[in-house]
Amino acid sequence: MTELRRTPLAALHERLGGRMVPFAGFAMPVQYTSIVDEHRAAREAAALFDVSHMGQISLAGAQAGACADLLCTRAMSALAPGRVRYALLCNESGGVIDDLTVYRTGADSFLLCVNAANTAVDLAWIEKHAGERSSVLDESEQTGLLALQGPASAAVLAQVGGAALGALKRFSFARAELAGCSVLASRTGYTGADGFELYCSARDAAPLFEALLEAGRAHGLVPAGLGARDTLRLEAALPLYSQELDADTTPLEAGLERFVELDRDFLGSAAIRRRRDAGFTRALVGFEIEGRGIARTGYPVLSAGRPVGRVTSGGPSPTLSRAIGLAYVPRELAAIGSALEIEVRGRAIPARVVETPFVSGRAAGRTNA
Amino acid sequence: MAETLIPEDLHYSAQDEWARSEGDRVTVGITDYAQQQLGDIVFVELPAVGSAVTRDAAFGVIESVKAVSDLYAPLSGEVIAVNEALTARPELVNEDCYGAGWMLVIRPSGDPTAGLLDAAGYAKYVAERA
Repeated sequence: MTELRRTPLAALHERLGGRMVPFAGFAMPVQYTSIVDEHRAAREAAALFDVSHMGQISLAGAQAGACADLLCTRAMSALAPGRVRYALLCNESGGVIDDLTVYRTGADSFLLCVNAANTAVDLAWIEKHAGERSSVLDESEQTGLLALQGPASAAVLAQVGGAALGALKRFSFARAELAGCSVLASRTGYTGADGFELYCSARDAAPLFEALLEAGRAHGLVPAGLGARDTLRLEAALPLYSQELDADTTPLEAGLERFVELDRDFLGSAAIRRRRDAGFTRALVGFEIEGRGIARTGYPVLSAGRPVGRVTSGGPSPTLSRAIGLAYVPRELAAIGSALEIEVRGRAIPARVVETPFVSGRAAGRTNA
Repeated sequence: MAETLIPEDLHYSAQDEWARSEGDRVTVGITDYAQQQLGDIVFVELPAVGSAVTRDAAFGVIESVKAVSDLYAPLSGEVIAVNEALTARPELVNEDCYGAGWMLVIRPSGDPTAGLLDAAGYAKYVAERA
């Protein structure tokens, strides 16, 4: 087994009592004290996550906008400086290579934030299609990334010199000096809560994390791990690459049509249109368990006792105190209210298709991006 | 990690269950070390009263937010009571694993402490894994 990589915050996590687990090739904290407590902090106060494992790729040059437009399911040349967009990179069969956020950092420059496990694949794909026209740089190693999430996030930033960031609109970003560290602060996140993602130099990541924890204590800020990050994103019904998204699945099947501009051409667009016109057989749905039991990733989904799909993500919702999940099911079973069963250790437990997000906060999801 | 409680008067299995003998009844649950390792417990599935359990075989399931784990019997016998309170309040296992978070009462079919560790032995076993 290869050695796990460490983010610039790994030593600090260990000192803070984080329980370190392998994730996407990195040693990451799954929790510090309790997933449920950390989850509640993000819903009710604020929680601070290390997401430095994620990849950052910069794209620059006179053709950078055209290149981003070709690569992404949404036109990035139309993005105003200081704005962020969620989009997907698709392969030529219309399947998803990765989902990402794209920052317009300048007239001719973009920053792409991608999934840790996909950074190398994304980089190769982007370099292949950028050709000579744009410079593509992997900045992951020298970049630290913290996610400050929860309703008290803006108040916490105000304590470390970021009062002006409270005026940032959702999916906008600005440069700021926080506790002596230069950051790019964006009003984005992966929790369905209000919050910010703070990009800084790898060197500044630990001092910034500590300064935020210190300043946020009075606001109920706690450090939070990947366990809470996963329960939060599931409540917000945000897809996770390799679970809801993969190279065989089009963004439309995953319910992401609002992030796919099929009226223009991009890599994969022709295949997505073709597959859409041929008709999709399955759709991603959210469900709630109605019986006693918890659906987990990979559990079979049944209808009238017959296997019809699999749970892509499932678990307990700390906010709802119910078991929830996401699954691909045949389209005829995708309507809100459809009855399903989830096979839990050989028993069929009743479940029902429900509206997503399961929990809607002030800014749940990415609908206004 | 927080201090791990290991009461002197109990016996312990290598799967982190405890057993408390009182006459011909043995109460069983998971240890403080186990509940700390699991984290927030959200679901406990226990066998029916009257069923048989076998030492070192799975008798039920415990789920934390993140993971599903089997529960292993520290001794063989017949289940004569199960903690119904855990259906509605599985978090009792986190809050009071040696008290309100008990799981089963077993009428043992043989020596109830055979193969089990005493508190000192279990403390050593926990320390080895820290």
